[in-house]
Amino acid sequence: MQKLVVIGAGMASGRLLEHLFDAAPGAFDVTLFNAEPRGNYNRLMLSPVLSGEKSYGEIITHDDDWYAGNTVTCRFGEKIDGIDRARKVVLSAQGETPYDKLIIATGSNPFIIPLPGHTLPGVISYRDLDDTNAMIETSATPGARAVVIGGGLLGLEAAAGLRMRGMEVTVLHNTGHLMERQLDAAAGYLLRRDLEARGINVITQAQTQSIEGNGHVARVMLVDGTELPCELVVMAVGIRPSVQLAKDAGLDVGRAITVDAQMQTSDPDVYALGECVEFAGTLFGLVAPLYDQAKVLAKTLTDQEDAFTVKELATKLKVTGCDLFSAGDFAEGADREDIVFRDPGRGVYKRLVLKDDHLIGAVMYGDTADGSWFFGLIKDATDVSDMRDTLIFGPAYQGGATADPLSAVAALPADAEICGCNGICKGQIVSAIKGGAHTLGDIRATTKASGSCGTCTGLVEQVLAVTLGDDFVMPTSQPVCKCTEFTHEDVRLLIKTKELKSQPAVWQELGWTTPNGCHVCRPAINFYLLADWPLEYQDDPQSRFVNERNHANIQKDGTYSVMPRMWGGITTPTELRAIADAADKYNVPTVKVTGGQRIDLLGVKKEDLPGMWFDLNAAGMVSGHAYSKGLRTVKTCVGTDHCRFGTQDSTGLGIKLEKLLWGSWTPHKVKLAVSGCPRNCAEATCKDVGIICVDSGYQVGVGGAAGMDLKETERLCDVPTEEEALEVTAAFVQIYRENAKYLDRPYKWIAKVGLDWVKERVVDDLENRRALVARFDLSQTIYRKDPWAPLAAKADTFAPLADLTLEAAE
Amino acid sequence: MNWIDIGALDDIPLRGARVVKTQLGCVALFRTDTDRVFAVSDTCPHKGGPLSEGIVHGNKVTCPLHNWVFSLETGQAQGADSGSITTYPVQVAAGRILLDATTLKKRSAA
Repeated sequence: MQKLVVIGAGMASGRLLEHLFDAAPGAFDVTLFNAEPRGNYNRLMLSPVLSGEKSYGEIITHDDDWYAGNTVTCRFGEKIDGIDRARKVVLSAQGETPYDKLIIATGSNPFIIPLPGHTLPGVISYRDLDDTNAMIETSATPGARAVVIGGGLLGLEAAAGLRMRGMEVTVLHNTGHLMERQLDAAAGYLLRRDLEARGINVITQAQTQSIEGNGHVARVMLVDGTELPCELVVMAVGIRPSVQLAKDAGLDVGRAITVDAQMQTSDPDVYALGECVEFAGTLFGLVAPLYDQAKVLAKTLTDQEDAFTVKELATKLKVTGCDLFSAGDFAEGADREDIVFRDPGRGVYKRLVLKDDHLIGAVMYGDTADGSWFFGLIKDATDVSDMRDTLIFGPAYQGGATADPLSAVAALPADAEICGCNGICKGQIVSAIKGGAHTLGDIRATTKASGSCGTCTGLVEQVLAVTLGDDFVMPTSQPVCKCTEFTHEDVRLLIKTKELKSQPAVWQELGWTTPNGCHVCRPAINFYLLADWPLEYQDDPQSRFVNERNHANIQKDGTYSVMPRMWGGITTPTELRAIADAADKYNVPTVKVTGGQRIDLLGVKKEDLPGMWFDLNAAGMVSGHAYSKGLRTVKTCVGTDHCRFGTQDSTGLGIKLEKLLWGSWTPHKVKLAVSGCPRNCAEATCKDVGIICVDSGYQVGVGGAAGMDLKETERLCDVPTEEEALEVTAAFVQIYRENAKYLDRPYKWIAKVGLDWVKERVVDDLENRRALVARFDLSQTIYRKDPWAPLAAKADTFAPLADLTLEAAE
Repeated sequence: MNWIDIGALDDIPLRGARVVKTQLGCVALFRTDTDRVFAVSDTCPHKGGPLSEGIVHGNKVTCPLHNWVFSLETGQAQGADSGSITTYPVQVAAGRILLDATTLKKRSAA
């Protein structure tokens, strides 16, 4: 009888022994070592144990009777310290154990980020029963809080289990969406939504700084200063193959123990399998390939031919109620085509990736019933050209219906507000339709919906279409871009009513047909989200046009212009010297005085921008936002300070306005001017907001333009005090931010809603005016900041990633 | 092939780009939403716009100067515009970006 020693009693070696005893009962005298003081159990089922849905006893796969029945000598809790291959023995605390054949199945170790404080009691990984028991124990304390670092498969299962045990749980994930290896952004968004709905706090783009506590974990600190008090920290950021033993024994080890297709290591009497092996450059973390390896190794040991191959894998998350599936390769490619299905009402997202008439990848969320069927098509490389049209509906639906573009509106509840102006909900419109109002005009006449500003017209039409079906013919309106059927106005309204707070949320809930939009919709959606949810939504630089991303104006030769802010057009000798010094230092070819009363430095190389900003910041200057869809300048005349005609302090008001409004993002650029008297030297009558000072106070005009169109301002109101002029201006800018279509200047937007509509809300309704100002102030707590300062500190990101011109020519 | 390590994947923002200076001019390295990396000429054939400053959507980029859209995979201009940009071999291994130095050398006059 051959002496077979197995190091590690995990799922791979457990399956191997089963195959071995089936194929050749009594052929081997097996000794099984395990560092953990117990035999093999189903590690995949630790999540249900953690959540309380199963007990440890239920997940044991090989009990004492099984080991005894197959005469396996169990040495559990005994760690192997070394392998002497020359003498064919393994070494442990109890001495030497000889082998004819040795199998290394040491699995993997959790990766622990060496953060300050990672050795504190209360910081654990999630790998075995001991970890699971430690979590269960902590969760028993009422009010206990946990932070899970890592939003991958394991981390989320831990988070869900701890939450089910009643803990307050926060998940930290360092990239933009959860499970980014298995899911695309849209599915990641749905998963996040479901986890949040069950009370799990999710922070993406999280950068952990340290774990703190006095003798025990007390809090986790993030780089941005966020403090997360907790009693438990679970690190689930990944695993590393456990290879030290093999390495010390002199076996070939790459990223893991190198094996051939028969699971043989570089020593013909030593085999390896499971998470500790590397085959053809691949590592293994899921159970399916481990079982394949076990089958192959059993055959190898019993002298039968077989070879291990790497196969496609599918992933499912074992969290009750979160239904997701991912398989194959779902990256995009020019030679690949996407079929996307979204049902916002049910929270379903399905994406199939096709290449050359074959399915190569699938991501599904919310309804994964057809997952295994799709997985089969991927594995078998089935030609799907014949069923392509109906493929996404699954095996039971060959030749069925098409996706309903109206489902987002159909899914709205009856109390969802459709017309904000008149406070009309979907249910009232549906009642009106059932009462005989079958056209848009009828609806306006009976309910007033869409009869005021008109921005909800598209939605009202969709309610008509959903309610009347084929009897309603939809008038054509211009969608945002080819990614969606919705107009800008529809999107803005739905972002508010459905409380969509991220780009993936918009793409999913509104049924975007592309994975992540295009250059037309991305900047618009980014603006709508940050305007409506200033606290919740984080501005996305990658959805911005180059000028707003680099905070400088790109010129036709790829250089940039730099323009510091000059409040109200007032400057000082010190500022002028700093500008002159910067122009000299960075060889600025052109220095120009602009129409907005400031100085433009043109022809600056991208890599020089951060240094220049740093110098200008040091002189007390900030970005002039000469590149933004936001507040540009407030042009002023000298007013009562020096002018013999001046009626008010126009310069002072201009500076106050600029300090109030700077940094705010708007649908298009916004330019202001304040003139000290009706002679209007500051040309206030062609600005987006122009104020003319008179003896009795201030005339506030809006909707002027002097660009593609020439437009004189229309009078919004006259106000007696400077304070009120500031308040009306802020309220006007805010109502424009909240309602206008992206890239509509105020004059274009006012033409759509009517000046009276604006007046009612900004001038007449004082309460509403104050509410607008309050929302503007709230947004400004986030955005009234100089963008140059933080970017100047990240100068390396403005330089080329590498310079290969310096490499030798040959 | 002569693969050289030019930086980490994370040096490129998601849905963003960075440039590498070479003897053939600037090469733009793009990272898509799904973490694929492409290396193409940074220069738009239309008016020479820096493509690395464009908005990245799917496997495409839009030139920041006049909105020409290019496939990063084939280098072909999309839609009604016609033209193309050179694509270069690139691979990502263990989080590092590797470019093939041999294709980036100045073609000799001989």
